[in-house]
Amino acid sequence: MIPAPFDYVAPTSLADALAALADSGDEVKVLAGGQSLLPILRMRLNAPDRVVDLGRVEELRGITEEGDSIVIGAMTTYAELLASDVVREHAGLLTKAVQEVADPQIRHRGTVGGALVHADPAGDVGAPVLALEAELVITGPAGQRTVPATEFFQDLFETAVGEGELLTAIRVPRHTGWGSHYEKFVRVVHQWSIVAVGATVRVENGLIAEARIGLTNMGSTPLRARAVEDALVGGPATQDSVREACAAAAEGTNPPSDLNGDSDYRRHLATVLSRRAVLAAAGV
Amino acid sequence: MTAVDDRPQAEIGSPRLRKEDQRLVTGRTRWTDNLQLPGMQHLAMVRSPFAHARITGLDTAAAKSAPGVMAVLTGADVKDLQGSMACAWPITEDQKAPAHPAIAVDRVSFAGEIVAVVVARTAAAARDAAELVDVDYEELPAALDLKRAAADEVLAHPDLGTNKSAFWQYDSADAGTGGAVDEAIDKARTDGIVIEREYRQQRLIPAFMEPRSVVCDPTGEQLTIWSATQVPHFVRIFTALVLGIPESKIRVIAPDVGGGFGGKLQHTPEEVVTVLAARHTGKPCKYTETRSESLVSAHHGRHQWQRLTLAATKDGTVTGLKVDLLADMGAYLGLVTSGIPILGAFMFNAIYKFPSYQFNCTNVFTNKTWTDAYRGAGRPEATFAIERLMDELAVEVGVDPLEIREKNWIRHEEFPFTTVAGMTYDSGNYEAATARAKELFGYDALRREQQERRDRQDPVQLGIGVSTFTEMCGLAPSRVLGALRYAAGGWEHASIRMLPTGKVEVVTGTSPHGQGHETVWSQIIADRLGVPFEDVEVLHGDTQIANRGLDTYGSRSLVVGGQALVLAADKVIEKGRPVAAHLLEASVADIEFADGRFSVKGTDKGKSMAEVVWEAFTCHDLPDGIEPTLDSDATYDPVDFSFPHGTHLCAAEVDTETGEVKLRSYVSVDDVGVIMNPMIVAGQLHGGIVQGIAQALWEEAVYDEHGTLVSGSFVDYTLPTAADTISFVNDHTVSPSTTNDLGAKGVGEAGAIASTPAVVNAIVDALRPWGVRDVRMPCTPERVWRAIRSAGAREAEPTTDSAQPHFDAGAPNQDEPGSGATEQNGEVQ
Ligand SMILES: Cc1cc2nc3c(=O)[nH]c(=O)nc-3n(C[C@H](O)[C@H](O)[C@H](O)COP(=O)(O)OP(=O)(O)OC[C@H]3O[C@@H](n4cnc5c(N)ncnc54)[C@H](O)[C@@H]3O)c2cc1C
Repeated sequence: MIPAPFDYVAPTSLADALAALADSGDEVKVLAGGQSLLPILRMRLNAPDRVVDLGRVEELRGITEEGDSIVIGAMTTYAELLASDVVREHAGLLTKAVQEVADPQIRHRGTVGGALVHADPAGDVGAPVLALEAELVITGPAGQRTVPATEFFQDLFETAVGEGELLTAIRVPRHTGWGSHYEKFVRVVHQWSIVAVGATVRVENGLIAEARIGLTNMGSTPLRARAVEDALVGGPATQDSVREACAAAAEGTNPPSDLNGDSDYRRHLATVLSRRAVLAAAGV
Repeated sequence: MTAVDDRPQAEIGSPRLRKEDQRLVTGRTRWTDNLQLPGMQHLAMVRSPFAHARITGLDTAAAKSAPGVMAVLTGADVKDLQGSMACAWPITEDQKAPAHPAIAVDRVSFAGEIVAVVVARTAAAARDAAELVDVDYEELPAALDLKRAAADEVLAHPDLGTNKSAFWQYDSADAGTGGAVDEAIDKARTDGIVIEREYRQQRLIPAFMEPRSVVCDPTGEQLTIWSATQVPHFVRIFTALVLGIPESKIRVIAPDVGGGFGGKLQHTPEEVVTVLAARHTGKPCKYTETRSESLVSAHHGRHQWQRLTLAATKDGTVTGLKVDLLADMGAYLGLVTSGIPILGAFMFNAIYKFPSYQFNCTNVFTNKTWTDAYRGAGRPEATFAIERLMDELAVEVGVDPLEIREKNWIRHEEFPFTTVAGMTYDSGNYEAATARAKELFGYDALRREQQERRDRQDPVQLGIGVSTFTEMCGLAPSRVLGALRYAAGGWEHASIRMLPTGKVEVVTGTSPHGQGHETVWSQIIADRLGVPFEDVEVLHGDTQIANRGLDTYGSRSLVVGGQALVLAADKVIEKGRPVAAHLLEASVADIEFADGRFSVKGTDKGKSMAEVVWEAFTCHDLPDGIEPTLDSDATYDPVDFSFPHGTHLCAAEVDTETGEVKLRSYVSVDDVGVIMNPMIVAGQLHGGIVQGIAQALWEEAVYDEHGTLVSGSFVDYTLPTAADTISFVNDHTVSPSTTNDLGAKGVGEAGAIASTPAVVNAIVDALRPWGVRDVRMPCTPERVWRAIRSAGAREAEPTTDSAQPHFDAGAPNQDEPGSGATEQNGEVQ
């Protein structure tokens, strides 16, 4: 399939990228890994006048440690993230979730930043980023600002990144020593999540000391299952106790109905998958 | 298990790597879309977004003046040139069908129908300009739901006055092949068992790997058409008939073609439009569809409602089967659309000895993509229905599903066996295949595990699914086709050219598109003529080279085309005898041929095939009256079908919390007659089994209430990959076919026919304790979960001696008979 014609620019620095955005009209699109944008252009669901390719902006790539946080450049690919021991050790839920994204080819091209800005509610990185209480670094003509994940995801395909701005990094607080698991439910392996649950927990003496749970595709944005978290904390990491706590997993959610399932089925799935995710994260 | 031929180094039976794979796998080959011709123009189609609408305005001015555009053609422009797409199989004398223009003229009948074509210098320019074509539509009510369409509530084609295209019946009492089914059912209602069920075959999309592509070069004396098709010979004939071009002025080439599964058994509007554009502009033109276009406009498959009534005695001996089908044609009749469900008529009785049988089929139009052949074509539908019913009967009688089958199947000593549907089965051994499958599967151990899981109320239950199938291959004896009102014959052709240097060219009228014919035909010739495998070149798919042929579908290539090849090879040997006799100074009667050598009986004198061919070529010293060539042709019309069979066993784990189904193990023991190349047979089985499993679990073409294909991309049309499947255990029994010299039965469709009911039977078997007796395909996790919930409490299904109620409206997991049955989410069925 052939996209409609557009101008193409490939800046090599963040400053040039921002400048390129600034002197474009409204109809500009940023290109990261292209795994969401290119299909959209090829199916002509969108026809920008200009595409600004971030592929050559080296400063947006890579994973570093800064104090209590892990900082992931927006243009870091899924494959790079998966290869990172730092992420695996201190933000294991992200590693677990990214393992479940699509297939190796797509993980080789797709970027963490692109996925977050695309903000597909069925995407697999949103819920972990929310559950890990990450902060998103956004850079624009007026400089840099940082927003918490709770404010980043605004609606279906909508984030806090404004016109002329770029997502530049994701700061994830260290969750060293936490167990984690991402339970993704699909019909065929290369599919987007019908529902997925990311859980990361800290177990102390057989009790769940802290718990964070993110839900994928249970509403127009990734969601936290706070009721479950509250019910888990202080309780034992056992089958029965976790089952009981996870009964509340669908509270406050608004899942879609589509070919893969009606919303009531998704609500039911959320409870089952939450239980499985928490138990696996807790090592039970 | 394969070596029937005990000659040393026999090619037949050897797992030769496929000679075509290097070029096919690397893609360094002539796919149609790879062709570039001087001055070539590119096409983009403008397609209707509406299922049913009147075209009230069509403005092409902006598109015509866009950069690079040579022409824009609409239905109005070509209405006197384009004729009407043809249906080659009018199943009844009074079959109704709408005219089928390649480009819609004033009305569109499905979403995806072509309304205009843009011809431009580049594919990009054509696509850009297509966006500028402005079409005004006045939407009309659309016939979408199959049952409602059958009730003529809304007409798909108002001028036809009905949506019913044809009604076709086979009745064993009328045909003299059995008793009256209604009598058997009435009797069973009083003192036996009657099983009544309604099953649905969802719509599927063949989804071949290479999208369709056509190139037409109008610049020579002959119009040359390259097409990614299974049927170049049909494309030639129908291009001539539809467009009124002399057949002698048309050459059709199917270069390497990337899969078909029946989906490229068609003469397509896209082919006609490409020819029209090439003739209009005088330039070579190319059209290659996108995947999204392919999913809406290449024909779909299956889609039936099946109402079934099985009558049996109390001990489970079947006394009759009555079948009532509603078959969705979609918006038009393609090449063989109307005949597809009819092919199933001969297979509902399967491997069993039913004393009475009636098959009724109503073909119905809807405003959806038209349907036509898809792997198995009519036979998977039949096999699914009967294999599901036999499981239900086993439950009713209270015996193992294999036991009920054995009670009813044809025993091996009863072959050849003439069935209640009038077919004569050539050979088979259901006992042997089933015994071997049970052993490989570990049937008894799995049944024990199933019971253990039931006893401990494991959230993951185990189900065992059985499918003992047969099918008819080798389409087809021409007389049978004639009796079924099919417009063509079913013969096949082969030519052998013995080249002066000892090499061999084989020309086949079949048209491979991934099956490996080049390898197998070479193996056959190597054995028959004693030449090295590597010295054989197999040519196909070009009507100038393979001038006679009826192409590839219906597991016919080897069974019919292979036999033509054998007959041609025999003629080569016969023509070689007098030449050899002359060279060896012996009498023709004393010349024997074996292992590539003509020799004089009882002596060590002989000449190789190559020497004899050379002598014929130079022709310096041949006696009078001898034709100086060994080249030979043969056209073979099959005397009968062949009937492969097999026992497939599937174990599936059903997660009762989520409804997810995971395959645990899968065993097939197939009898496809003599196996030419076990590696190719394994490939056909693996692919076929996955395709059938995909119908059971994953695939469905879903339309919304506006007639839009919702599963219109591979995001939503969930094709499986290798990662979704398990390793299969495949084995064989060998009952050589008696209808051809190779003893081959055909294997192209076996897997896809057998596996679907095996999987669904396994799911239902797992959930029997919940009272579940059907889950509609595809058995998505959600459907399985709902089946468990709607079936209610965890209790055994009451097994009573009395007949089950007639299509009980309240029966679990069943649609109400005759109801519109529009599903949740605005999906239409
Ligand atoms: C077949 C297939 C299967 C997939 N399956 C899954 C799956 O199972 N799970 C899953 O989570 N995802 C899946 N994806 C999506 C994949 O993860 C995408 O890569 C991801 O959503 C987008 O990342 P990208 O780098 O490719 O972004 P792009 O496609 O390049 O961009 C996406 C959007 O973000 C914008 N954008 C990108 N980077 C920035 C930035 N730094 N600042 C501001 N705006 C930016 C772009 O303008 C665009 O609108 C699948 C994709 C495909 C093609």
